Amino acid sequence: MQEHIEKIRADITAGIEAAKSGTRQELFELKMKYLGKTGEISALSKGMRDVPAEDRPAMGKLVSEVRAWAEKQFEETEALLKKKELEARYKSERVDVTMPARFIETGTQHPVSLVKKEIVECFDGMGFEIFEGPEIEKDYYNFQALNIPADHPARDMQDTFFVTEELLLRSQTSSGQIRVMENKKPPIKILSPGRVYRSDSDATHSPMFHQMEGLVVDKGITLCDLKGILDEFARRMFTAETKTRLRPSYFPFTEPSVEVDLSCHNCGGKGCRICKGTGWIEILGAGMVNRRVLENCGIDPDEYTGFAFGMGLERIAMIKYGINDMRYLFENDVRLLKQFKD
Amino acid sequence: MKVPFSWLKDYVDIDVSAEQLQEKLFSCGFEVEELRYVGEEIDRCVAGRITHIEKHPDADKLKVCRLDCGEYGHDIQIVTGADNVFEGALVPVALDGSSLHGGVKIKKGKLRGVESCGMLCSGEELGINDDWYDGADVYGILILQDDVPVGTDIKKVVGLDDYIFDIAVTANRPDCQSIYGIAREVAAVLKKPLKPVDLTYEASAFSTSDRVYVHVEAPDLCPRYIAHYVRGLKIEKSPLWMRRKLALSGLRAISNVVDITNFVLLELGQPMHAFDLSKVEKNEICVRRAHAGEKIVTLDEKEFELGENNLVICDGAKPVALAGVMGGLNSGICETTSEVLFESAKFERANIRRTSRALGQKSDSSARFEKGVDAYTTGIAINRALNLIEALGCGQIACDRFDIEEKAVSPVVVRTSYSKINALLGIEVPKEEIKGILKRLNFNVTARGDDITVTAPAYREDIEGYPDLAEEVIRMYGYEHIRGTFLPTAQVTGGGYSAEQRTEERVKRIARGQDYNEIITYSFISPKDYALLRIGEEAERAIRIKNPIGEDMSIMRTTLAPSMLQTLVRNIRRGNACARLFELANTYIAKELPLKDLPEERKTLCFGAYGAAEDFFTAKGVYEAIAAEFGISFTYEAAERPFLHPGKCAKVLLNGEEVGYFGELAPDLAEELAVETNVYLGELDYARLRGHLSDRIRFKPLPKFPEVSRDLALIADEGVLCADLEKGIREASKYVTAVRLFDVYRGEQIGAGKKSMAFSVTFTPHENAFKPEDVDGYVKRILKHLGEKFGVALR
Repeated sequence: MQEHIEKIRADITAGIEAAKSGTRQELFELKMKYLGKTGEISALSKGMRDVPAEDRPAMGKLVSEVRAWAEKQFEETEALLKKKELEARYKSERVDVTMPARFIETGTQHPVSLVKKEIVECFDGMGFEIFEGPEIEKDYYNFQALNIPADHPARDMQDTFFVTEELLLRSQTSSGQIRVMENKKPPIKILSPGRVYRSDSDATHSPMFHQMEGLVVDKGITLCDLKGILDEFARRMFTAETKTRLRPSYFPFTEPSVEVDLSCHNCGGKGCRICKGTGWIEILGAGMVNRRVLENCGIDPDEYTGFAFGMGLERIAMIKYGINDMRYLFENDVRLLKQFKD
Repeated sequence: MKVPFSWLKDYVDIDVSAEQLQEKLFSCGFEVEELRYVGEEIDRCVAGRITHIEKHPDADKLKVCRLDCGEYGHDIQIVTGADNVFEGALVPVALDGSSLHGGVKIKKGKLRGVESCGMLCSGEELGINDDWYDGADVYGILILQDDVPVGTDIKKVVGLDDYIFDIAVTANRPDCQSIYGIAREVAAVLKKPLKPVDLTYEASAFSTSDRVYVHVEAPDLCPRYIAHYVRGLKIEKSPLWMRRKLALSGLRAISNVVDITNFVLLELGQPMHAFDLSKVEKNEICVRRAHAGEKIVTLDEKEFELGENNLVICDGAKPVALAGVMGGLNSGICETTSEVLFESAKFERANIRRTSRALGQKSDSSARFEKGVDAYTTGIAINRALNLIEALGCGQIACDRFDIEEKAVSPVVVRTSYSKINALLGIEVPKEEIKGILKRLNFNVTARGDDITVTAPAYREDIEGYPDLAEEVIRMYGYEHIRGTFLPTAQVTGGGYSAEQRTEERVKRIARGQDYNEIITYSFISPKDYALLRIGEEAERAIRIKNPIGEDMSIMRTTLAPSMLQTLVRNIRRGNACARLFELANTYIAKELPLKDLPEERKTLCFGAYGAAEDFFTAKGVYEAIAAEFGISFTYEAAERPFLHPGKCAKVLLNGEEVGYFGELAPDLAEELAVETNVYLGELDYARLRGHLSDRIRFKPLPKFPEVSRDLALIADEGVLCADLEKGIREASKYVTAVRLFDVYRGEQIGAGKKSMAFSVTFTPHENAFKPEDVDGYVKRILKHLGEKFGVALR
């Protein structure tokens, strides 16, 4: 029996040596041949019955030794094979990590929408609601209620598209002021963005463009408040160093009226090509709401004051992103659109 | 508004440079759009005296002159071809290295072998005519008057040493549409006294009313009408000082009487007119509405047919002027005119604007009237005109006049307080400062403590209340004093987007998540755009713009599809390989045409896509993405649109209601557009959809027991739709919670006209866990139902 055990040992050693270059299945089959239920080592255990009683302890020890040895051999070899197999797999599955990815790109916002979003974000935290009025508007809302009666010279400031005698394509989002104040009493803080239309078309004018109107009406509102709000807007929209400058102007629906310039974000106010050497860029019109406009909306101008401002979104987009021709904004070339990530 | 610097100096002692004045004007509300140096073209050109002339040795027509140009050289040799030069003459000398009108450069050189160190100049070479300097129109060298030393810069001699301010005057300040109006502002901003305009004249004994009868029949359109008779006129050239002022302002001198009317227009902003009284019939002037069909030929020889909305000045028989716009050819000043009636009037601005626009006839006069002329200036302008008649010594002035004013305008009085003005501004401008500023602007201020009573100058018809005064104060005090504050008195308000606006942003975000890029296109399109999409008849229902820029932008769109298609095609033609685009914008739906009330502005979503990776089902993706995001389900039915492929077009339904469509561009239309890639196009009626898009989130408990999925490959006739089977599966078992098609197979094994559709069906248990046989039962039921309904069998 001892010899038989030695032979098994030798056989296993030889078998494993051969199996090292084989598969794990072959190794498994070899293992079963010796360690399976009917395997040769298992058979040794069963053969113990035939061993004389006095030899049994010694033989038993031999058998369990060979079993432990064989199990270890197979285990080690299996680990070896597994490692080899993985290595082969790694090698065969190697990818070119520089090849292109597959993914769904994210679409973009139109630059005008992007500017609109940023402006709304500047103001909504200050308590401004967003109001959208109709684009085809009554003369009353676009002009008369804003203190621009028929045949007023201020109508020449805007070449208006008419649909009928009384209906027109709004030439300014200021029409929204009236619609809001007719329906809501102070405190009022609104932003009114939207499409507006003027009969004008060149590199800096488009017959359709977007404006954003702002309106605040409450007790004790001052010109300094207008300046404070616009300073904050300028800092958030452009840079923390951006300054605003007010200068006198005229709009029929505000008094006093101002033009608001921003210090040039490009040169910081020293003067460059973008600001035409002045250090300032004209960005919006504003003023204290005209008493007549408040009266037209049933708001007592002796109790309340307010300010309003209006800006062109295309103009701001052009300034902010350095777009030199307004017509690009309406061509919608996907190569341009893709540049305006949210 | 063009304002010569020198003219301003007639009224204000200006001690700052033109550039400094530009800054000052800018800060107080008058933007100088252009500041131009009148003599900008002329350089190194001085007055020189000809000391000696001799014949050119080699050229008969040339003369060799020697010139004394003072500090520039006492003996400069210049060759000239002009005939009118003589020894002792003072002439303009363009020195070596000088520049002249039109960019001409003068360099030292040789003429027929004789050195010439410059050029003697004509008026034309200096860019001037007789209006600038007497003799400038003469052919030959300009012979200067002997009143300047040699070496004087020629610009100073001929009136070119001046600046023109081109000032943008805002619509509320018609009183500043004149040199004197601007001078008033300049005086105020420089804190200098303003010199008055000389309005005095000596009248003769004769009377206007003895010669002519003037009456106004339309006082609503003519609030003030002044007529003054002048006779014994000598029509001749105006003096140089007047011609030069007109020339600086861009006007040509004509004759003294006409020049006086133009001068007063420029100086005071009051359009004037002078009728040749010998041409006025029946000694009568009447201001009235034109009769329908009445005609007039204006000075520029254009004929107009008038109506009741046009105001005319008539004599006893016919219109002699289109009021405020232009005089009639039949009553104009000519060389033989010996007596005139001067008119200074205030015409109602809106009517002049309407007339000028309706007839397409404009003039300097109508431009002023449209902006508004104040009745006060109407009164002083006539005096100024008469003062100039006297100054020019060209006629005798009647002792009286017609001054017809139905209701005299009294100056505006504002009762307010210093504190109210400061409350609007938000700063404390000292009382004395406020008072001083208003006084400098010719307001009369009486103060009692904080309260003030302010009388506006008669020419300031724009002043209405204290905010106007606040503006006057701050524009002079300086906007740099305004310091930002942050609404310290305002109530706190909520702000931000409404739920509806948030939903809109969310829909746009979903579209972007599917790589759709937002576009913005014009709201107006062309009827041709409809025709291209073969929906030409829809253009008939669209709202038309009365005054479009062109046919291309003449109707308000009722669909976004044409603009989207155009944008896609533009991108394709530019070689962009693929694109997914969307627009969320209004369409404009008339309830009736012609429009009586505001139309419906219907928010519409439009999607467009093209490129190698696109097919009908990728195009469908964005609609499903929206549905998934909002937890709604769209159903789709085959549909047709004139511009889409009839086999690849679907309408989109929500709860059985049509909310949109999409499909592939019709192949023949693609060919027409020379488009070779597949193009997909669709729209959703966002206005209708919106009500179903909720941002409410309600948690649904997870199933308590495991769900079971079964794959079913079903053989069906080609005509059976995926949606039919899906619906059938759901109908057959209440435990079905998801049905997903994952494969379609056609082939011999299946047979012709048949297809195999493989669905993955998910069953979710309700109260109790499924027993193994339960799901088998449901599947059997499904198969039975599908078999009966669609003749479908399990593969």
